[in-house]
Amino acid sequence: MKGDFPTLFERSRSGRRGTRPPSVGDVDLAAMLGADNMRSEPARLPELDELSVVRHYTNLSRRQVGVDTSFYPLGSCTMKYNPRASEAAAALFTELHPYQDPESVQGALQIIYELQEYLAEITGMDAVTLQPAAGAHGELTGMMLIRAYHESRGEGEQRRVVLVPDSAHGSNPASSMMAGFVVREIPSGADGEVDLNELRAALGPEVAAIMLTNPNTLGLFERKILELIDAAHQQGVQLYYDGANLNAIMGWARPGDMGFDVIHLNLHKTFSTPHGGGGPGSGPVGAKAHLAPFLPVPTVKREGERYLFDYDRPQTIGRMRSFYGNFGVMVRAYTYIRMLGAAGLKRSSALAVLNANYLRKKLKDAGYIIPHDRLCKHEFVAQPPAGLHALDVAKALLDYGYHPPTIYFPLIVKEALMIEPTETESQETLDEYVTVMAEIARRGQEDPDWISHTPYSTPVRRLDEVSANRHPRLRWKPEE
Amino acid sequence: MDFTPHTPEEVQAMLAELGLSDLRQLFADLPQEILEPQLRLPEPLGEQEALSLLRSLAAKNASAEKSFLGGAVRPHFIPSVVPALMSRGEFLTAYTPYQPEVSQGVLQAIFEYQTMIAELTGLDVSNASLYDGASALAEGVLLALRQTRRMAVVVSQGVHPEYRQVLATYLHAVGAELRTIELAGGLTAPAEFDETVGAVVLQNPNFLGAIENPSSWIAAAHASGALVVYVTDPLSLALLKPPGAWGADVAVGDGQPLGNPMNFGGPQFGYIAVRDKLLRQLPGRLVSETRDVDGRRGYVLALAAREQHIRRAKAKSNITTNSQLSALMAAVYLAALGPQGLADVAAAAVAKAHALAAQLASLPGLELVTPRPFFNEFTLRLPAPAAVVRAQLAKRGLQAATPVPEEYGDNLALFSATERHSDDDLRSLLDGIKEVLA
Amino acid sequence: MNIPEDRRYSKTHEWVKLEGDVATVGISDFAQESLGDVVYVELPESGRQVAAGEAVAVIESVKTASDVYAPLAGEVVEVNESLADEPELVNGDPYGGGWLFRLRVSRPAEFESLLDASAYAKVIEEEE
Repeated sequence: MKGDFPTLFERSRSGRRGTRPPSVGDVDLAAMLGADNMRSEPARLPELDELSVVRHYTNLSRRQVGVDTSFYPLGSCTMKYNPRASEAAAALFTELHPYQDPESVQGALQIIYELQEYLAEITGMDAVTLQPAAGAHGELTGMMLIRAYHESRGEGEQRRVVLVPDSAHGSNPASSMMAGFVVREIPSGADGEVDLNELRAALGPEVAAIMLTNPNTLGLFERKILELIDAAHQQGVQLYYDGANLNAIMGWARPGDMGFDVIHLNLHKTFSTPHGGGGPGSGPVGAKAHLAPFLPVPTVKREGERYLFDYDRPQTIGRMRSFYGNFGVMVRAYTYIRMLGAAGLKRSSALAVLNANYLRKKLKDAGYIIPHDRLCKHEFVAQPPAGLHALDVAKALLDYGYHPPTIYFPLIVKEALMIEPTETESQETLDEYVTVMAEIARRGQEDPDWISHTPYSTPVRRLDEVSANRHPRLRWKPEE
Repeated sequence: MDFTPHTPEEVQAMLAELGLSDLRQLFADLPQEILEPQLRLPEPLGEQEALSLLRSLAAKNASAEKSFLGGAVRPHFIPSVVPALMSRGEFLTAYTPYQPEVSQGVLQAIFEYQTMIAELTGLDVSNASLYDGASALAEGVLLALRQTRRMAVVVSQGVHPEYRQVLATYLHAVGAELRTIELAGGLTAPAEFDETVGAVVLQNPNFLGAIENPSSWIAAAHASGALVVYVTDPLSLALLKPPGAWGADVAVGDGQPLGNPMNFGGPQFGYIAVRDKLLRQLPGRLVSETRDVDGRRGYVLALAAREQHIRRAKAKSNITTNSQLSALMAAVYLAALGPQGLADVAAAAVAKAHALAAQLASLPGLELVTPRPFFNEFTLRLPAPAAVVRAQLAKRGLQAATPVPEEYGDNLALFSATERHSDDDLRSLLDGIKEVLA
Repeated sequence: MNIPEDRRYSKTHEWVKLEGDVATVGISDFAQESLGDVVYVELPESGRQVAAGEAVAVIESVKTASDVYAPLAGEVVEVNESLADEPELVNGDPYGGGWLFRLRVSRPAEFESLLDASAYAKVIEEEE
């Protein structure tokens, strides 16, 4: 309809040209490629001049919010400031080919090697692979390590069950399934933590692993963690740490010291590499010594002053990705760690936790319900005041210029608003946010019609998701 | 340095609000015996010092911007509009577009990307991207196994060896069987498939560079009820018959040649496109067009009930974060070049590669192993191990001769050329190889 | 809440109508109401042997996916093809046009062990 933001295809005009590659003159492509192999007609890509391309994407970007434009307290996603220095650093390493002679990429290999070492140190693990391309890819890698470990001990057939708390990220059960396991959920206790008795009862010779995130998705630290891990280890069960929430405890505690056997990290969360609207991320995996023989190949090792690829792991699970992982993301995380050092990481976690607790207290004062109202870590879960829905609060926030929290997750809390402010937000930002949240609660309760129709001021308003799912239109087609 | 805004006074005031006086008290619920480990990390640096360190590390690398190395990653020219637009903070610092009203930028860009990938591959539907070509292949094969409810996979040796390794890792985990058909004369040998085979995989142009005729494999696969997963370089689709036109069911590959830097192998993105009937098996995000309450066109994530955050252990895949920004770069690249520009890039790469192959194959002791026709990569047999030749060339500032694994033969090296290479660049490589082999 | 008395129900909210040895299965009005707008129904293949209590279909709304269980053991003999284009039938006509699949049941007598309308009404009452 009139006023719709045009697509590239609607802006296209036959014969219009943008970037012009160097001319190669007359070449007989059919002779070089074989006439039968040729495309019969060109792909219907849009035909645009360069200014139209720039305007199209610039104006699209204005229909998009990010950390750079707005407070973005999306729980479990750690939407903190992405330092531009890390971007500048990554730009120094783009013109490297993965199959270059290793002697000609010693700087890149040094970064990989040192980042492996730093992440092992931060998490308390013995060995690290940087190959996984994202958090869930890391989970899959880690669960495959556990499977290979049990297989090496002749228990592969027997240990097929993975225990996952009902509050876990959905990727945990999905990754376990892809690694060939069967998933069993364990219920959380009334205090929001894993119920130790339920867990003990679930342990047995068929259990391969427990996947936990600590602090958990309610933002609560599992206080009985040492006891829990001890109980599991006594039964030969491996402990997997989902590092999505590591921003809560960097420099304060290490999953390795808690007893976890394998861990993945999200460099695009904890180590502040930009999320890019959905990646690329990076999901390094750390393992204790007994799991290290199974890590994917290659890792990078150091011999004297030289860095080289290490393919020598006869028991490896194999390869998880082509080449060496998302190197450009690694450079950003490496730069971040070098800038912060141990003290900066520790202070960042402390202030992330301070911001979360401050916001928890202030939102409670503003009338929001805090189902687990105790010291939280980097995030917490709130519920809207009586009569309001999490979805409506989220949509109303859009009109006030804020990105909403994660909603309806974790599944164990009804109408959940999962809020993670991160350490890079100031006290006044949090205070202004609380003022708005209070205003939304008041207005929403007074005027249910208003809140149920928010937002009003965004580029588009509530969208028809039902028809998009019943009859999806997944590519542009000319009007018939 | 860190990036926190808090002044000491603010920290105290915020702590006081919580009835606390010290940041340590925020960690009172952690086991005290493991609290506050002393991390052995290098001392913190300011931005200036950090960037100076990173520059010194960068100086220890030789640029591959004129490299002749191939194998799914190549130094194509990236128009300036691509980095300029992708580095806008709104795109760079957004999360996954869970709130569509304020995420139309990313959502529409994905929708347009999906359209362009579908057009290039000649298939019906593309998702929003996957990690890389190798994991896209693994996902494509798992999809085919779900659809056919079969547990065996046949892969041509012409598929990139690293992709096959990743596939093997994924298939081992779910207990599926992987069979490999060796190349004969540099081409995929004819094969027949029994009724346990759910997915048949070939790459075109294949790993050694040759353009295959996939007709007989595809016919044989379909005759046995298997689905065909077709690995291809998306740039080749500017000129070559697309997977959909050959009859393939699933197309996958690595998107790096489309406007993405080499990045030492990552990030790039993987693409996957399928026929409509496989839509419900497709992993990863999908964006659909729809309308808002005022009737305005907009875009939303669709079919999310396939995904891990809803389906959990029954999800089609565990993937969440993919490679959105890399896919955005590809979309901008394709928009900037248009159909003619993309065809020109591909034609230039083909012409340069064929010129290079002719020159190199004329040298004594070098033999072109890739049968014709080939696209913009080709394989030569060298008189010495490729890794040695590559190292010798690197000492002369030339990045070429990717060692081909021994399973394909001895002393084989992969070469490629792109529109970025001048005739002088080709001559330098020729001179360098003459010197090294002298 | 509409609970027709001409059929039986399971605790997991499927309804069953038996004609000879063929059972037609759908989900109850209560179930479709709590799921919200149905956007897709994943149906079993004809010919599949299913056990009682086995998950055989999936009903998707925008933000959920719910398993549908076979109330009785048997062989799937027919599925409701029209749901592919019109999943909204499950919402609009759950007891009629929104049926899901038909089973040739192994032991028709087991039908009697399912809940009748009044027993099912109590199940709903407890859930609400």
